[in-house]
Amino acid sequence: MELLEFARGPVLLFAITVFIGGIAFRIFSLLLMWRTKDSSAGRAQEKPMFIAAIREIIRRLWPQAAYTQRTMFALVNGYVFHVGLAIIVFFLAPHILFFQDLIGLSWPSLPNNVIYAVSIITLVSLIAALVMRFANPAQRIISTFDDWFSWIVTFVPVLTGVIATSHLGARYETLLALHILSVAVLLVWLPFGKLMHGFLVFVTRSQTGAQLNHRGAQL
Amino acid sequence: MSDKKTLGEMLTERGVSRRSFLKYASYTASIMALPPTAATAIAQGIANARRQSVIWLSFQECTGCTEAFTRAKAPSVEDLIFDFISLDYHHTLMNASGHLAEEAREAAMKENAGKYIVVVDGSVPLKDDGIYSTIAGMTNLQMLEETCKDAFAVIAVGSCATFGGIPGANPNPTGAVAISDIITDKPIINISGCPPIPEAMTGTISYLLSFGSIPELDHLGRPKAFFGEAIHDRCYRRPFYERGMFAKSFDDEGARQGWCLFEVGCKGPVTYNACATLKWNGGVSFPIQSGHGCLGCSEPNFWDMGGFYKPLSTATGDPTKFVGGAVVAGAAIGAASAVMARNKRNKVLKEGK
Repeated sequence: MELLEFARGPVLLFAITVFIGGIAFRIFSLLLMWRTKDSSAGRAQEKPMFIAAIREIIRRLWPQAAYTQRTMFALVNGYVFHVGLAIIVFFLAPHILFFQDLIGLSWPSLPNNVIYAVSIITLVSLIAALVMRFANPAQRIISTFDDWFSWIVTFVPVLTGVIATSHLGARYETLLALHILSVAVLLVWLPFGKLMHGFLVFVTRSQTGAQLNHRGAQL
Repeated sequence: MSDKKTLGEMLTERGVSRRSFLKYASYTASIMALPPTAATAIAQGIANARRQSVIWLSFQECTGCTEAFTRAKAPSVEDLIFDFISLDYHHTLMNASGHLAEEAREAAMKENAGKYIVVVDGSVPLKDDGIYSTIAGMTNLQMLEETCKDAFAVIAVGSCATFGGIPGANPNPTGAVAISDIITDKPIINISGCPPIPEAMTGTISYLLSFGSIPELDHLGRPKAFFGEAIHDRCYRRPFYERGMFAKSFDDEGARQGWCLFEVGCKGPVTYNACATLKWNGGVSFPIQSGHGCLGCSEPNFWDMGGFYKPLSTATGDPTKFVGGAVVAGAAIGAASAVMARNKRNKVLKEGK
């Protein structure tokens, strides 16, 4: 069996199965987790829980003014690679075909050259994020295996995708196979590490918003 | 049988002018991407060569390779090739049949031991002692081994001979294998394709005659001159791929405008062949130009690459077939871990009391 056939066949089957199973595991284990009933009296200005949750999601899209200056680079850089990754994953024509094959939905694509430019920007942005993590002693000390490994499994698929698109270094089928294999590693790791924030980011912020709405400092 | 005269002498006798002979040599040099000076070397090499004995074995195949070979439209190529070589055994093209045909093969082997070229199209069945394809009471395996024993070189033409092809496709009922799986002690040139481009076959034979050596091959044993580049890289529709302009079906506006066929399953990006440059039928067209995506027929296992009409970026088979089970299993493990966490919490609380 050729490497590309192996990647497109058994590897993708395994990765997608683990990915979906892992997501189900994480979500169910969180939803069924024991939650202590909060019997305390709410704040005077307590709003409906749903409104508080939405407000928190929106509020945390940008930091408080006091922190803006200090976190500006990390903030903008974070937006750059998140938006970049979203554009690459969801607007490259071959990727849309992949999703269409899986879920039956399709949408317009962007030209390859646009995606190529976005990919380069995203790679530079991800490298900047890594350099920041290294350069900041506090951040370096608190970094765990999850942080480093999650960076690798995010960076490598973008890199292999760019190399495959550019036909650099090896034959296209080999490069495409390596790209698919790297995506498979990402899919397998995603539910079990910090990358799960892709699914949980708004859930956790809603939870925080609801809690702060009920008690705590006035917002 | 091989002739004692040189090819140059024979061609002069037949009234082939030096001019047309040099044109042929230049043409061969150019399609094999050789430097211009090679044309002279080819002309000299062929002129001084004796007629080359060729034994063509046909095993599990459809005769499509022979059909393509004999329909080479490039100027005078087929005439010249049939003058250059002595095709001593070929089921479709020889007059003799039955035991006379087999005697011709045996005589050619004896007379040209160590010098003749064996061309093979078709795969060789190995299952059940190779009974699925026999010729004159011999299995294909027996005939291949016997004929290749004293050959100078072996040329496997077509995807069946080079990689197992359609007979070797899943579930491969006859246990079909490629020639290179059996013959391991002779130089083998693979000219894959279903069928191969006629000029790839004639050009390779001309190279062998001219230089007496094997042309540069890729990792699959194919001449780099014909299989060095992906069809996608030389496709005239490539600019549309870069712009993200794809035909969604074979009859939509995009298809009529000549947009890229990637979305309708074209395998051009992973297929190495000269279809986009040499084209077919004397340079008239090739499958993509005719509106159909490349099937990838010159690549190993092309029949099992996940479907001709499935885009290359999709998974082969159904990657979601275990998703239902994965959700149930994930949810069950998640629920179990939540229950275990609750039990642990309750135990701690109880012990705390």
